[in-house]
Amino acid sequence: MLSPTFNAIVPLLCVVAAGIASLLAEAVREPGERVPIAGLGIIGLLAAGVSAMWLWGRNATSFGVVTADNFGLFIVLVLVVIGLLTVAFSSQVIGRDGLPQGEYYAITLFGLAGMMLMATSDDLLVIFLALEVLSLAVYVLTAFNRRSAAGTEGAFKYFLLGGFSSAVFLYGIAFTFGIAGSTGLHEIASALAGESGSLNPMALLAVGLLLVGFAFKVSAVPFHMWTPDAYEGAPTIVTAFMSTGVKAAAFGAFARVFLSAFEPLRAGWSPVLAVIAGATMILGTVVGVRQTNMKRMLAYSGIAHAGYILLGIVAANDVGKAAILYYLLAYGVTNLAAFALIALLGTRERGNDDLQDMAGLAASRPAVAALMTVFLLSLGGLPPTAGFVAKWYIFTAAVGTGHYALAIIGVLSSVVSVFFYLRIVVMMYMAEPGTATVASPSRFGMAMLAVSMLAVFYLGILPTRVLDLAAGAIGTIFQ
Amino acid sequence: MATDVPMLSTLIFLPLAGAVLLLLVPNRDGQRDGFVRVLSLVLSLVVFALAILLWTRFDATSADYQFTERTRWIPAFGIEYSLGVDGISLLLVELTAFLTPLALLSSWDSIHSRVKAFSFFMLVLESAMIGVFLSLDLFLFYIFWDAVLIPMYFLIGVWGYERRVYAAVKFILYTMAGSVLVLIAIISLAFMHHAQAGSYSFDLLKLQALAFPAGGVEALLFLAFALAFAVKVPLFPFHTWLPDAHVEAPTAGSVILAGVLLKMGTYGLVRFAFPLFPHAAATFAPYLAILAVIGIVYGALVSMVQPDLKKLVAYSSVSHLGFVVLGICAMNLQGVQGAVYQMLNHGVSTGGLFLLVGMLMDRRHTRLIAEFGGLKSVAPRFVAVFLVITLSSIGLPGLNGFVGEFLILLGAFRWHPGYVYVAALGVILSAVYMLWMFQRVNYGPVLNEKNRHLPDLSARERWVIWPIVAMAIVMGVMPGLFLAPMEPAVARVVQRMQTGVQTISVRAGNPARAGSHTGNPAHAGSHETQTPARREGM
Repeated sequence: MLSPTFNAIVPLLCVVAAGIASLLAEAVREPGERVPIAGLGIIGLLAAGVSAMWLWGRNATSFGVVTADNFGLFIVLVLVVIGLLTVAFSSQVIGRDGLPQGEYYAITLFGLAGMMLMATSDDLLVIFLALEVLSLAVYVLTAFNRRSAAGTEGAFKYFLLGGFSSAVFLYGIAFTFGIAGSTGLHEIASALAGESGSLNPMALLAVGLLLVGFAFKVSAVPFHMWTPDAYEGAPTIVTAFMSTGVKAAAFGAFARVFLSAFEPLRAGWSPVLAVIAGATMILGTVVGVRQTNMKRMLAYSGIAHAGYILLGIVAANDVGKAAILYYLLAYGVTNLAAFALIALLGTRERGNDDLQDMAGLAASRPAVAALMTVFLLSLGGLPPTAGFVAKWYIFTAAVGTGHYALAIIGVLSSVVSVFFYLRIVVMMYMAEPGTATVASPSRFGMAMLAVSMLAVFYLGILPTRVLDLAAGAIGTIFQ
Repeated sequence: MATDVPMLSTLIFLPLAGAVLLLLVPNRDGQRDGFVRVLSLVLSLVVFALAILLWTRFDATSADYQFTERTRWIPAFGIEYSLGVDGISLLLVELTAFLTPLALLSSWDSIHSRVKAFSFFMLVLESAMIGVFLSLDLFLFYIFWDAVLIPMYFLIGVWGYERRVYAAVKFILYTMAGSVLVLIAIISLAFMHHAQAGSYSFDLLKLQALAFPAGGVEALLFLAFALAFAVKVPLFPFHTWLPDAHVEAPTAGSVILAGVLLKMGTYGLVRFAFPLFPHAAATFAPYLAILAVIGIVYGALVSMVQPDLKKLVAYSSVSHLGFVVLGICAMNLQGVQGAVYQMLNHGVSTGGLFLLVGMLMDRRHTRLIAEFGGLKSVAPRFVAVFLVITLSSIGLPGLNGFVGEFLILLGAFRWHPGYVYVAALGVILSAVYMLWMFQRVNYGPVLNEKNRHLPDLSARERWVIWPIVAMAIVMGVMPGLFLAPMEPAVARVVQRMQTGVQTISVRAGNPARAGSHTGNPAHAGSHETQTPARREGM
């Protein structure tokens, strides 16, 4: 048996093991032989999920840098859900598009491991390490279709800007170390605790640099520039994965660092973050209105959603912290399903991700159109879907801490966002069928979409259990 | 009055369950359209029967919420699945259950594509509308309120006319933009409850007990609520979505939109905005009343010049709903009772008008008044029912419209005669535009050859329109039947509103105004209110 020291990283190990197994399976595969490599990923992720549930409430720590508290475990579970859906949907499209399967699943799983590490580590350097692991995986995945020029372009932009932001992030860590003499979050918090009255310029610089690094990863304005290109260029299923997984992991670490280590400096960073949150919500929705490519549209919608989640960090009360967790789950399931649905409609020749391609879908494929409608309504925050409860929870946090202006920006930008989500619905239901030949999703793909839809309704109609879980997850790390 | 079967939940979710059932009917290329139509009609009739059963079991002497259901839903925030019905919501539920089958039946000749989806959305819509009227928890109410938008959006956007997409998007965005601020207001109320009572709550009755801090908080919250409801009513100047939505919607959509959806706005004022914030309501009532009166006259004037039948009826709604808001703003028994009565009237008579216009459109595929003329000699039965419904919309004594308008004007007069002088103008103007329209469509020689052989009412159409005619007459001659069950609830609401009026008046050092506003205390008022009703009954 493993010594208890390893407990906190068991979910991580499961996923890494599955990734290595995928690579091996690919290596020993005879040419032309069909191996269900996706199954290995499913097994690894299920094991990770079970172990995360087993760790729930145990507060296990490993090596003093990884801590499996409930907050982190909640995000790990969200990532498991995202991973399971990603792998399941990928199994329908990766082969179709002629992409190398073994490498694809391995990189996806390694990326997931990085995300899980990012969500559960309480040391800045380990967070950075995890950030790099997940970023490298995502850069590669973005350019995974080598024949696609747009994919290469998106990946290159993402890589250059991402590398730059990593450097900034690292610089921030260096300053933090300079002040606190440690990179451990607890040590930083206690070192900064004495300074809450006077704002040390160096501390502010450190916080600012880290803020930039995180803002880049969650694609908050003005560090969102890479998002539309990377999302549009990447294979659609990869977009589904990175738009949800990266966000979940980055927001987990973001909240943890800022609400525990930098909590004493909140008066310094909170107004800045409030402005960023407001700008992110507005820009994401307003620019989203102009898009005609669905992947770009959902990219801007993803930016707007980052703004909503930022509200939770700005509010910084218990409701806000729990709301971040709930939002990540609701957004993860909904957004992943919406992108995956687009991926399932694509063909090897063409992605079918333009707005026009959806024309008349309700007539030719009513079930697909209905599913898409549910996901879009959830993204728009209409009841009775997951998106509504998530937004309601976030706005509750904002109102509870007196951030009325941000809450009002939030609800109004939701209305604007409904406009562009409805453009897709209009295309599907109210336009004449176009020329695009969209693929028929397989039975399995439809079943997975249906499961996602049930999850969206479950989170929207009976949110109590998950809300309580989220509320119970925050007690362990934030005082 | 507890029953074993959760009556209200059944009412809400039966149409939804029926809608899901419809989805399971295999209907490739519309082979089973007939079956789908009959099934959805039967489902809506069952809902209507249930609604009638609810009425027979309803205790009309009690002002309390009845058949209450209460289950913890999201305990962390004190959110409850809480339902209840009083006299006001009872009648609106009846109206919804009454109009939905008629709307479904009316669509049999006009909706030919995707019949299953159409019936599905109609039933989902019915669920959501009934939910709006029965919710006592603000969170639940908001969910149903928003949920109404989705099926209506599809009904307009998929089965509407030329500019349907524009109208559908405008409809949903206007209403949402109006109502999102309510979400923030509701959350604020829950936090205030937490601050004052130590626990979160979204319960209407508990929130009514809140004491608002000085300094405009109550006014802001009231305005957030009032804005949402004013857009929905629609109150001038928030009405611009309405003509588009009404004109572009298919007949069944227009009927439900005018018949029920607009009432959600006025119902919201009566149930939430005024009772939750009585002081702010008393402060702002005069301004709302001014907007209402402008709407009455403006809607009537614009109706007069419409060349398009549907637009004419749509703008007449702006005028009629102005009366309803005026009655609510009077905040006395007659005014509010008249307002609720007028909500029902408007549902019946405007619903009827849209059905009739729909029948004309089924025949001629146009809604321009100029295309018609002389229908009296071609389709006498059609013209006969058209006449009854036109007169009921004008408010001819003996038909339903009269009772509501009379009570509203009476209530408003007791409050402030000034409004009545202008509003009464709307009564006259409504006769002008309606009768003029009626004359141009039905009298004179048949000018257009296409109208020469228009068929008269078919058997199905008779089943659609006769219930409306019957209801217009019943509501005109036996208003007591409808006024009696709502009266205790209205009295309770008025009493609550009056707490605000009195404080405002006392603060202004003018106790006399409080008296004049009240008209007469709720209890003494019951006798007098019955008077016009009884007079009509003779």
